[in-house]
Amino acid sequence: MKTLLVGEHDNKTLREATAKALSCAVSLGGEVDVVIAGRGCRAVAEQAAQLSGVAKVLLADADAYEHILAEPLAALIVSLAAPYDAILAPSTSSGRNILPRVAALLDVMQISDVSRVLAPDTFERPIYAGNVIETVRTTDKKKVITVRTTAFPRAAGGGTAPVEPIPAVANPGTSQFESEELHASARAELTSARIVISGGRALQSRENFTKYIEPIADKLGAAIGASRAAVDAGYAPNDWQVGQTGKIVAPDLYIAAGISGAIQHLAGIKDAKVIVAINKDPDAPIFHVADYGLVADLYTALPEMAAELAKSNA
Amino acid sequence: MKILLPVKRVVDANVHVRVKADGSGVDLSGVKMSINPFDEIAVEEATRLKEKGSATEIVCVSIGPAEATEVLRNAFAIGADRGQLVIAEGDLEPLAVAKILKAVIKKENPQLVILGKQAIDYDNDQTGQMLAGLLGWPQATCASNVTIEGDQVHVTREVDGGHQTVRLRLPAIITCDLRLNTPRFAALPSIMKAKKKPIERKSAGSYGVDLKPRLQVLKLAEPPNRKAGIKVKSVTELLDKLRNEAGVI
Repeated sequence: MKTLLVGEHDNKTLREATAKALSCAVSLGGEVDVVIAGRGCRAVAEQAAQLSGVAKVLLADADAYEHILAEPLAALIVSLAAPYDAILAPSTSSGRNILPRVAALLDVMQISDVSRVLAPDTFERPIYAGNVIETVRTTDKKKVITVRTTAFPRAAGGGTAPVEPIPAVANPGTSQFESEELHASARAELTSARIVISGGRALQSRENFTKYIEPIADKLGAAIGASRAAVDAGYAPNDWQVGQTGKIVAPDLYIAAGISGAIQHLAGIKDAKVIVAINKDPDAPIFHVADYGLVADLYTALPEMAAELAKSNA
Repeated sequence: MKILLPVKRVVDANVHVRVKADGSGVDLSGVKMSINPFDEIAVEEATRLKEKGSATEIVCVSIGPAEATEVLRNAFAIGADRGQLVIAEGDLEPLAVAKILKAVIKKENPQLVILGKQAIDYDNDQTGQMLAGLLGWPQATCASNVTIEGDQVHVTREVDGGHQTVRLRLPAIITCDLRLNTPRFAALPSIMKAKKKPIERKSAGSYGVDLKPRLQVLKLAEPPNRKAGIKVKSVTELLDKLRNEAGVI
């Protein structure tokens, strides 16, 4: 058994999703190599080499890989596939973009969003917006898998794997990067934060997210999320959306403020350790899953919470 | 320019699905079925491209049971011109679906294929990317904006951390995210007209591609339910519980 894990990064830093997907890769048994493809990304390869459980890091450093486009990345991964029994990537927007293309080129049926490994060929994965857990066994000789990273612990550090530069392969050249707009944020990342506070449509505006949600996030060191309704209404950016069609989170503490609790939202938070709901509607479905429910108007409860947290921090 | 739209018939988004008692599948008897919501966004986008003059013909394809005719009619009512129904027994995996679509595309020669980023039943998020791989075409997943310019298409994609814009050389594959557009409500005259638009029927087996499932479904189960906890009376009590009972802050 030999596994290739596709590392996820921004050419500077290895994302935590890789360390979590590595735990899934290790649980398949056998050696795990990590491939880091990017431009000027040697530092990322060195970070990957320090993860415990990595046998070798393959570093493909070339202009074509700078923006992690699916066409050149898939071509590279397919060229590396021969000696591997399994190819894994975290189920992030990048992994979900690239890996099915790889699977098709290898004539393999991908197993998406694996949340548990039962045997090296048998897996659990959520379907129907997380309302059903499917157990599947693959008959493909080679496995192609995306990993639901919230379901796996972060692999430890302390590794000293060698970094081996590998050449780029021919770029299909059918796609070009034009631009990107990334939200620079000093805040914890939504999918790996220990605490998440999310706002719903009840927030009524982008300004109210700033005024009511941010002070609490600042005091708790929390990441900020939003319901789909709040994102659709333009109160919060799209990448804050928590739920089955947005980000899946599993923090120690999830605070839902003014979120009623649509099925697809609950599917994205059900692995949180503790859920707090603040909502003025006592019948809101969110209270059925909340460990602690506070029936209150968020416009009074949130400032009060911020004030109390400020007091205890002082 | 011709656009091809693969559309899937799925359990309606508002249905709370139940697993059969023996874990062999999801109980679909008497359950409302609809066009996959992400595919409906694709139909709307193709229709807008045609209204803007970027596209000349919209062909939709559904692979599924005979009842999938309904989702083709939904697509017609929004703006698709004609349809193909590929009759298949049971669920086909995305790899098999992509192989059938490739065969359809070889015959239809569209310049653009637009489909949902995932179907809301199996949540695979694979078909578009697999199809792009099989055809050797470029792909843009999770689109939130699409602009055609000559033989190229500019697509803004929703990615972790924000947006990315890419330029693809046509022919290309695009998968839609939620915020690409809001599908229109079809007006009655459009629904009436939709009944007259032509549907060509074929069987999945007639394409000569390998449809055998690669994954064996061993079991379906409902995840353990979270239980409702307690109601607290005040912010002070809430913070006290979080500190001293749950120990999370």
